[in-house]
Amino acid sequence: MNAMTKSAAELRRAARDHILAPRLETPFHDRLMALSEVNDWYNWAGYKAPHSLFDSELEYFAIRSTAALFDISPMVKYRIAGPDAERYLNRLTLRDVMKLGVNRVHYTAWCDDHGHVLDDGTLFRLGAQEFRLCCQERHLPWLLDSAFGFTVDIREETEEIAGLALQGPTSYAVLRDAGFADVEKLKPFDIAAFPHEGSDVTISRTGFTGDLGYELFVQRAKALSLWDRLWAAGQPHAIRAIGYGALNQTRIEAGFIVANADFVTAEGSLRALRVRMPDEIGLDWLVDPDKPNFNGRRAILDARRNQTLKHILVGLEIEGNIPAEHAIVYHRKKHEAGLVTAAIWSPTAKRNIAIASLERPYGSKFTDDLWVEIYAMRELKYQKMMKRAKIVPRPFVKLARRTATPPGLT
Amino acid sequence: MTSFDAIVIGAGHNGLAAAARLAKGGRKVLVLEAAHAPGGATRGHEFAPGFRSAGLAHLVNRLDADVARDIGLDLSGEGTLLPTTVLDGSGKAITLHGAYGESIAGISAEEEAAFVALRKKLIFQAGILKRFLRRPPPQIGAISLGDLSTFAAAGFGLIRKGRSEGRDFLRMLLMNVADVSDEYLSDDRLKGLLAFDATLGIHLGPRSPTSLLGLYYRLTGEVAGKTGGQFVPSGGMASVAPAFVRAAEKAGVTIRCGTPVGRILADRGRTSGVVTRDGTEITAPIVVSAIHPQTTFLSLVDPAESGTGFVRSVKNVRSYGNVAKLDLALDRIPTFEGLPIESRHGRIVLVRSMEQVERAFNPAKYGEFSSDPVMEVTLPSLADPSLAPAGGCTLSALVQYAPYRLKAGWETGKPAFLKIILETLERHAPGIGTSVVAANLMTPVDIEAEYNLPGGHWHHGELQADQLLINRPTSAASGYTTPIEGLYLASAGAHPGGGISGLPGWNAARHILSAARL
Amino acid sequence: MQKYDALIVGGGHNGLVTACYLQRAGLNVVVVEKNGWVGGAATSRELTPGFLYSNCSYVCSLFRPEIMRDLELPKHGLQVIAYEGGAVFTRDGDYLASYRDHDSHRREFARYSKRDAEAYERYARDVTRQCRFIQPLLMRTAPDPFGFRPRDLSEFLYLAKKFGEFSPHEMAETLRFWTMSISDFLDEYFETDVIKAYLALSGIIGTALGPMSPGTAYVLLHHYMGEVDGSVGAWGYARGGMGAVTQALARSFEAVGGTIRTDAEVSKILTRGGRTTGVVLANGDEIRADLVVSNADVKRTFLKLVDEDALPGDFVHRVKHFKMRGSSGKVNIALDSLPEFPALPEGSSCLRGDMHFTDSIERMERAYDDWKDGRWSADPFLDMVIPTTLDPTMASPGKHFMSCFVQYCPPKVEGRDWTDADRDAFAETVIGQIADYSPGFRDRIVHMEVRTPREIENEVGLTEGNIFQGELTFDQLLFNRPVPGYAQYRSPIHGLYMCGSSTHPGGGVMGAPGRNAAAEILRDLKRTPEQMSKAHDVI
Repeated sequence: MNAMTKSAAELRRAARDHILAPRLETPFHDRLMALSEVNDWYNWAGYKAPHSLFDSELEYFAIRSTAALFDISPMVKYRIAGPDAERYLNRLTLRDVMKLGVNRVHYTAWCDDHGHVLDDGTLFRLGAQEFRLCCQERHLPWLLDSAFGFTVDIREETEEIAGLALQGPTSYAVLRDAGFADVEKLKPFDIAAFPHEGSDVTISRTGFTGDLGYELFVQRAKALSLWDRLWAAGQPHAIRAIGYGALNQTRIEAGFIVANADFVTAEGSLRALRVRMPDEIGLDWLVDPDKPNFNGRRAILDARRNQTLKHILVGLEIEGNIPAEHAIVYHRKKHEAGLVTAAIWSPTAKRNIAIASLERPYGSKFTDDLWVEIYAMRELKYQKMMKRAKIVPRPFVKLARRTATPPGLT
Repeated sequence: MTSFDAIVIGAGHNGLAAAARLAKGGRKVLVLEAAHAPGGATRGHEFAPGFRSAGLAHLVNRLDADVARDIGLDLSGEGTLLPTTVLDGSGKAITLHGAYGESIAGISAEEEAAFVALRKKLIFQAGILKRFLRRPPPQIGAISLGDLSTFAAAGFGLIRKGRSEGRDFLRMLLMNVADVSDEYLSDDRLKGLLAFDATLGIHLGPRSPTSLLGLYYRLTGEVAGKTGGQFVPSGGMASVAPAFVRAAEKAGVTIRCGTPVGRILADRGRTSGVVTRDGTEITAPIVVSAIHPQTTFLSLVDPAESGTGFVRSVKNVRSYGNVAKLDLALDRIPTFEGLPIESRHGRIVLVRSMEQVERAFNPAKYGEFSSDPVMEVTLPSLADPSLAPAGGCTLSALVQYAPYRLKAGWETGKPAFLKIILETLERHAPGIGTSVVAANLMTPVDIEAEYNLPGGHWHHGELQADQLLINRPTSAASGYTTPIEGLYLASAGAHPGGGISGLPGWNAARHILSAARL
Repeated sequence: MQKYDALIVGGGHNGLVTACYLQRAGLNVVVVEKNGWVGGAATSRELTPGFLYSNCSYVCSLFRPEIMRDLELPKHGLQVIAYEGGAVFTRDGDYLASYRDHDSHRREFARYSKRDAEAYERYARDVTRQCRFIQPLLMRTAPDPFGFRPRDLSEFLYLAKKFGEFSPHEMAETLRFWTMSISDFLDEYFETDVIKAYLALSGIIGTALGPMSPGTAYVLLHHYMGEVDGSVGAWGYARGGMGAVTQALARSFEAVGGTIRTDAEVSKILTRGGRTTGVVLANGDEIRADLVVSNADVKRTFLKLVDEDALPGDFVHRVKHFKMRGSSGKVNIALDSLPEFPALPEGSSCLRGDMHFTDSIERMERAYDDWKDGRWSADPFLDMVIPTTLDPTMASPGKHFMSCFVQYCPPKVEGRDWTDADRDAFAETVIGQIADYSPGFRDRIVHMEVRTPREIENEVGLTEGNIFQGELTFDQLLFNRPVPGYAQYRSPIHGLYMCGSSTHPGGGVMGAPGRNAAAEILRDLKRTPEQMSKAHDVI
């Protein structure tokens, strides 16, 4: 009996043994396992994912100096297709989807009725009526409930689709040598399909590092051969596989935020005061008041008009070199103004940088005289320091090679 | 083409009350009605040659005096309160005279005294709740002075009666009608009546917590200043709809029948009018939907114009009807055993006990109808002889429980249920079967089709604690306003709920007018 | 004649909690218990050689950690072990498991519905939000809305402030939640029968309501407010059975000088001039005490132990109408080997948690319909646990103790008293249900104890066998529990207090009523307790 004729109940029963492997392995797991020198894994949404493979600090330099492969398969993926897909997504998300061309990607976010952000993610337009939404959290009930009144089909495809991020200055060179013809024509946020092993690999010029880079999506069954193809072509270009630790450093440099790290999602929050509007997490630029109605529109515009926005997300540059992660931000060293949500010493910018969530008017009206209180654990003793912080624009690191088309080889 | 200040969708009594109030407030109002005649659920129809039914309702028991006075409703007959007779099949009837049993015939003096005490307590408690019915529900986060004074008046009303009455109110508010009845009464028929009245039209059994609310709701109604009274206007129930129509027209309202609305225009959170099903666009800054909230937001407004959360909450409104309406054409006036002849023009409730009501409810939970249903019966042609040919008679019955979502489907269910109802009637009125000329049973599915009522629920949504006040029909649209600016709700699906009170429509119109003054 | 400062009628967990706090505040306290052991409904008893039975209450979660800490219960032997999982067996040979691991839990739900799997997140968040609001109420005396005393007003202000932390939308949701049925509530999140049935069970356990009754969403909270070491909503076993809770309390009490008298049934609470003076035991002994605190339920206390003449008529009337119909029974089984459930994979963690056989809300509700008609359910709902899978102290290696909580089971059978034949037929219904899913089950049974509401009332003294000492409906919660105007642990009789589950916040092995009662008593005595923790911060 093949899978096609199995009843739903039989399929359901067949899936019982998932509990024998509570941490799923991604389609690339065999390769990652072979490359992992330090066995440093963490749980990414139920998947076994590398925090580092050989050395987090060195992995960072792979991203910024050569080419880095990062497994993004655990990203939650939804396929949204149908005659109303565009209209549906336009009501769901903040940006104008009508302006998103076929074979283009944009970063966007979506809110509940109260204008509180449910998540952010990337929306891939694979065809006139076909999209892929990639994000951190799970939203199937919300997506399905949003479909009332629309002719649209929504499918969760996280496990079926394997994803790889290839990032870094030589990433284009790797793709070229792997035989992806014309990949140089991809401008930032372009998508194209390329043949691979009798199937297609979708390559987009996107990434989470602020560097030149690509993301590749392929059917699960073709995952390992895709990896091998890139790996072989990448050898002369010093390709390395990396874990999340290194990637996280580059995303902070690029000024990107992460759901449930830099803000709490509306469906994840237990406390009414934790939710955030787009304008409160630096996503005001995504909100398009001129496009047709979308979830949260009225609440967001009301909050703007009535000036009831409570928070603001800022980039900070902090004196000294001690990362200020989760430090409290003060105004005039005494009034609590907010919290640092992510911070690193940036090896590329040579600056001590941070992303912080401040309570207005700090960060909006009062932008000077900000301080962070850093507790640095030094040999079982906290070294407490008050450091001056300055609001600076994000990204903290801006690289010309990220957008150059055709891309450079180094 | 004439332009209008406001369009009211639906010419049911709430739509007409809203239209009349708006017109009296100086607005130019157009009422659009899908059917070929106004009246909504009070619209009558001929169900057999020569026999007419006056619509879903067969009694008036909560027409609000302020509404009637304000919109100039000329409906007479309020002077005669109708009795309620409970028949349990034993031939020994009890009859409640006056307003909800000011006096009772057929029970012991002791039981009557117990009922008087309970009645007094319930009417007092309902009186506290009544204060909240004539105004929009208080909006959390934006409590107004009016809200505060209502709360204060309610609180003062409680305190004035003394601590123990106040405590009893807070204790009883969310109780079930069975425990309350058991505490006060011992007569099964009387308890059966309270159980029936508390649950009629509601998907609860008498033993379900909060079922007492249904009885409170009944007792927030009054007729001619008498709480719990019921009457049939002179000229019969068929005169209700025309009275509302006259009041509206007198106020200057334009009513257009046979004009179903296809779409409510909305763009980026604001309405600008409607498009009728034939494609005509009619613009107006205000649209008042006096039809079911679910029809409004799931069919007429493009879901893209509402938020996902809002659509979700509207879909979650529980609105599956439980009552079937039976109209019988009879060739003579039926004789119910034990029914005093002077009470036959009143309401007749066929119930044996609270347990019977509870057992009748059980199958409804699983999508089955009861094989031993409870019902209330009236003989409408006694008040309005025009409903039947000379010598004939009509019988109207509201039969509980008949779930909208019948597992077996109503196609096969309907004849089976009709048979059960007729057998029940036969037990109480032997020989009635042979006098039946025609029978028209409307299940909730038929009611849905006939009156455009999703789920066939006459309250436009369960009248249960979690769907009242700030949650009626759902929190984001509970104060007659909706997430769409300029679009208002004014049907029974809005606060305070169903029944021929005119309050949802009237409250909505007053709210629209007062908001405009600000 | 002996005279004590305070006498506690009944050595259940709440009585012992009150006793401990009072003794620690310097009072000379005696606990009098009719049985030969203390524990009330939280006991471990060796009913057959080699097997320890948690024969009444059987799992631990609600017991307030503040009390464990104040009364040094760990020092006196209390240890709680968290469950590992749970399962509902379905009629088609499959099951729905509950796993502690977040992602495994999601994948298990996804076997039935991807949508439901992802909906669980929002559901859990919404329920937790409601818990956050209700949890602080547990360890506080409910304010009296008609008390008009500064304390009641300030308490109301505190509650208003707590409520004010909600957004308007959440407040509306809270009002909805409190009055909904668990079935309607779950319908708003889930589409799969077995998932809804699994989540609904906390809405009905111990209550005389079906999952379709309004108010059962609140009952769900009542069971959800517990925790095992900060893990909210988690359940666990007391090591050594539920008697370990009360044994630890008893030791804690005796360690500070308290006196326990067992085999001492109180037959009367003495009053003179509107004041209590002590009690008379069934054997005629009189014990004098300035204060009497009754751990017995409100009906037993005021309708059986106190002279009706000594009480106001309306108070007696309310007590008579206090609803405490029993709705559950218990079948406790000693097994000579671990039962097999072929549906489960070998070594499944589900065996180390709660197991059920009711795979739809409709079956649960129909079980309730039987109860309404005065019969035990023909197809009952079972909450079945095998504590010995995690606790080696209750049976010898390889042997097991199994506890089956059964719902619904009426206090009377079609209006008449239970007979032994009824009891046996009831047990057969339960065993039959288990055996349908576990071949050879009957052969493993070494000994069995069957408890209908009759047995529960006779042994534990719970009127009508109601395990919560009073149903958890709105009219019997907060300032209405047990009687409006007497919801602050005091009674109409000076010096006579209530500390059982008939009082706020109600039943379950929680200890909060006992602790709150002690707080009120000490307030009246103008004494400060040596150690009474404030409610822990809400998660």
